[in-house]
Amino acid sequence: MAGVGAGAVGTGVARGRPSLAVGLALGVALLLLCAFASLSAGASAVNPGAVYAALVAPDGSNAQVIVRTIRLPRTLIALSVGAALAVAGALMQGLTRNPLASPGLLGVNAGAALAVVLAVFLFGVGSVTLLTWCAFLGAGLAAAAVALLGALGRGGATPLKLAVAGAALTAFLSSLTTAVLVLNERTFDEVRFWLAGSVAGRDLGLFLRVAPYLALGLAVAFLLARRITTLTLGEEVARGLGQRTARVKLAAAGCVVLLAGGSVAVAGPIGFVGLVVPHLVRPFVGTDYRWLLPYAAVTGAALLTLADIGARLVLRPVELPVGVMTAILGGPFFVFLVGWKVRR
Amino acid sequence: MRGAAARGPIVIRPGRLPLSWTVDRRVPPVLLLLGLATVVATVLSVGYGQYFIAPLDVLRTFLGLETGNPNHPFVVTTLRLPRVLIAFLVGLALALAGTIAQGLARNPLASPDILGVNAGASLAAVALIVLAPAAPFYLVPPAAFAGALVVAALIAALSLRGGGSPIRLVLIGVGFAAVAGALTTALLTLGRTLFAARALIWLAGSVYGRSWRELWAILPWLAVFVPLALLLARHLDVLHLGDDVARGLGSRLALWRGLLLLTAVALAGAAVATAGAVGFVGLMAPHLARRLVGPAHAGLLPTAALTGGLIVLLADLAGRALFAPVELPCGVITAIIGAPYFFYLLYRSGGS
Repeated sequence: MAGVGAGAVGTGVARGRPSLAVGLALGVALLLLCAFASLSAGASAVNPGAVYAALVAPDGSNAQVIVRTIRLPRTLIALSVGAALAVAGALMQGLTRNPLASPGLLGVNAGAALAVVLAVFLFGVGSVTLLTWCAFLGAGLAAAAVALLGALGRGGATPLKLAVAGAALTAFLSSLTTAVLVLNERTFDEVRFWLAGSVAGRDLGLFLRVAPYLALGLAVAFLLARRITTLTLGEEVARGLGQRTARVKLAAAGCVVLLAGGSVAVAGPIGFVGLVVPHLVRPFVGTDYRWLLPYAAVTGAALLTLADIGARLVLRPVELPVGVMTAILGGPFFVFLVGWKVRR
Repeated sequence: MRGAAARGPIVIRPGRLPLSWTVDRRVPPVLLLLGLATVVATVLSVGYGQYFIAPLDVLRTFLGLETGNPNHPFVVTTLRLPRVLIAFLVGLALALAGTIAQGLARNPLASPDILGVNAGASLAAVALIVLAPAAPFYLVPPAAFAGALVVAALIAALSLRGGGSPIRLVLIGVGFAAVAGALTTALLTLGRTLFAARALIWLAGSVYGRSWRELWAILPWLAVFVPLALLLARHLDVLHLGDDVARGLGSRLALWRGLLLLTAVALAGAAVATAGAVGFVGLMAPHLARRLVGPAHAGLLPTAALTGGLIVLLADLAGRALFAPVELPCGVITAIIGAPYFFYLLYRSGGS
């Protein structure tokens, strides 16, 4: 088994399904609490009563306008993008049996970002649908490239090698992105804020266009969960159990592209959520993807929402892009994983 | 080439000083050629631009001769020469730092930019510029040095702990670079003193708009640490053989390793303070130089230094010429060339 893999962590106590179901319900309750906090916290704090009133009985006061037009879209986007990235990370870790796999590290986000920047450069921001499809295309191409590059050379795709190939691919793609931005100031002005990875000031219309793809990706991922659990036992075992592994892998990769590409289209490249969340969840739920994926979705949504609240508050009144927060929190975790946990 | 090497190395022993370098026979001609190429590239780069100056006129201006055009001295010596010299010196410093890092870590993928040392230097430099805008410019290199030193110390500590496989070291550097990069972005958001577009270019690594002021700030660092690197070449050779062999040969491991690490970090810090994070030069230059003159550091260090200087010089020229009148930062060019080269090295090393 490569590295920690998906199977070696947190199998100490056998946990029954009822307790897992209760845990998930608890998680959703906590998530709602986070969402509520996200609606009320910020440069001008709105008290919880007013937030509730804004949601159920809007009266057009200043505080309510802030909640409904600024904080609500932002919170919805943080929730969905967090869930999508976390599930994409969990899928990638299962597919590659590599504890370091995640859309940010392996260059999938960078590929989507480059594609979006190129699209803005070539066609302007006119068509939201076009931008979204470009993000999917970029994510797909980058995923294929990193899989190919990581498998080159002696020894095939070891977890560490795949991660290094991903890091180099990210450097390469972001340099190209920088080149496009430097060459074209108009593009730079239009995508600068987006590119830092932020959920603030996003267009709700754009989000609503992308949301169906995210939902589709999540739904297919949940449907595939049982097969992915089998796949994590190893390709041969899965085939021996009668699974058509190529088909499952392709479907799961498609989910990753939808989830990561869609997230980038809405919020720009946000790193480390996809890497960290599956590791946080695994000790509690073990390796069954039927539980791992929903837990990852809930935790990812909560984490990104909390990170966004942090991004609003740490340097108040200046706001940080949420991608900065996730990198500051996730970077040390990654160093810990690489230095201590992953064997090869 | 091989036949020439078989005739044995050359020993350089300057005067009565207790010093000597043993270099491959290929070193003098290679250095000569690289030096010549550097001079040609410098003349072309100084001459190139919206205001074009013929190479011969550039040479005449260098020599202080009249060219018949009163604009030439100003354009050449005030506007373009410092920038071109800085590009060369930054590449030289990065290449030396990369060569030392690869020798010390016995890791073909190591270099200060890959290991996140440059990101640490960037962070410290940006912190100084944003938090203390009144600070004079000559304080930026020491700040960058301090930032680089912190990351280098962390990496050294972690790599001792982690058993130090090349790839693991690289990934730890990726983690550091991510955190330092995020903190840098946070500072830029906080400061608002730099225009975002200029910050982007600076972070990508550029010598745009550099003047004699920056050149004078980087020179003392190079004057101290470049000779030090050359003096330490023999110890780098010994350390490269592995700890046990080095100890057996009577090398004072901790002393030389510490001094070498300090040298590499100082050179990388000075380079980053001057031009931002120009990536992959510290990785590429040593490998290219090794192909030219072999692995002995007395010859490898100067060859890599000139190679690195030439790379950044040409990257800067290409960045100005490719999409004129818009300029690409030279760091973008080096990354676009360097990342595929990194894949090639990764492929060759097989990840072991």
